[in-house]
Amino acid sequence: MSQADLTMEGHTTGLTVGPAFSIPTKKLAMWLFIIADTMTFAACLLAYGFVRNGSPDWPRPFHGITNVALMTFVLLTSSLTMLFGLRSARAGDKAGAFRWTMITAALGIVFALLHIREWLNLLDQGMTLFKNPWGTGLFGASFFSITGLHLTHVTCGVIALIVVGVRYKGGRHNADDIEVLGLYWHFVDVVWMFVVPLVYLLNLGH
Amino acid sequence: MTTAEEHKSNGIGKDVGLYVCLLVLAGLQFAIAYQKISASQMLTRMLAVACVEAGLAALFFMHLWKEKRGFLLFVAIFTISVLLGMQYGWTDSFRLLVGAPYAK
Repeated sequence: MSQADLTMEGHTTGLTVGPAFSIPTKKLAMWLFIIADTMTFAACLLAYGFVRNGSPDWPRPFHGITNVALMTFVLLTSSLTMLFGLRSARAGDKAGAFRWTMITAALGIVFALLHIREWLNLLDQGMTLFKNPWGTGLFGASFFSITGLHLTHVTCGVIALIVVGVRYKGGRHNADDIEVLGLYWHFVDVVWMFVVPLVYLLNLGH
Repeated sequence: MTTAEEHKSNGIGKDVGLYVCLLVLAGLQFAIAYQKISASQMLTRMLAVACVEAGLAALFFMHLWKEKRGFLLFVAIFTISVLLGMQYGWTDSFRLLVGAPYAK
């Protein structure tokens, strides 16, 4: 009889049953970070909605969706290549995992460059953190804060992808590390799904 | 083909399917932006699509679906309840807009 089968005061002790979450520590830590970061972005987006709703002269400076559509496409595609990297790592295909991780990082860089192009275009039109030619100055502050926070996450993600990819190739990281990094990268993608409609699409000047 | 390779190729098909689904949903958000509806209706529709997108990405891209149910429930209930809790300030943003009677 195993220890788990023993009963104590009529109840099964269940000693072989694992803890409720029983997931690797690194993955749990990343999930807790993601939950905390969700709150950060939610607070920023909520503050943005608050000032947008309370400002009668809210600007609508965007006249095309090409750039933001391209950015969305690039980021979604990078999530797919991240999944390919993880599948390759899980299948023991080290070269494939490294290649897909680097492709993901390259797509992240493309996204960041498109983002900077968007910023430069708005700066050229006279928009700064505290003023713009179209309406309330709060627009610039909220736009640059939210998109800047997201861009910071993308930049950190690209650096992490390159570092973990290279270290994975060198045998210092394993497939679990690729998976944990993948969680972060997908999270950045999920946040973008809310930033696009709230910050860009609702401010389209038709 | 080995079992690991078979599993990998089957999984890639699912991943691509989900990716296409997310692209379509993202496209739907852009289509909503060009509808002739009020801003509040537009916001509601776009947020609904974004929530579906985020749910799909979290469940399948982030493999939350394969985690233990206890963990899935913890993430979902904790996150959603805090996000809902943050909504308490909306009435004040309307006060900013209309002013009266609180501003007087």
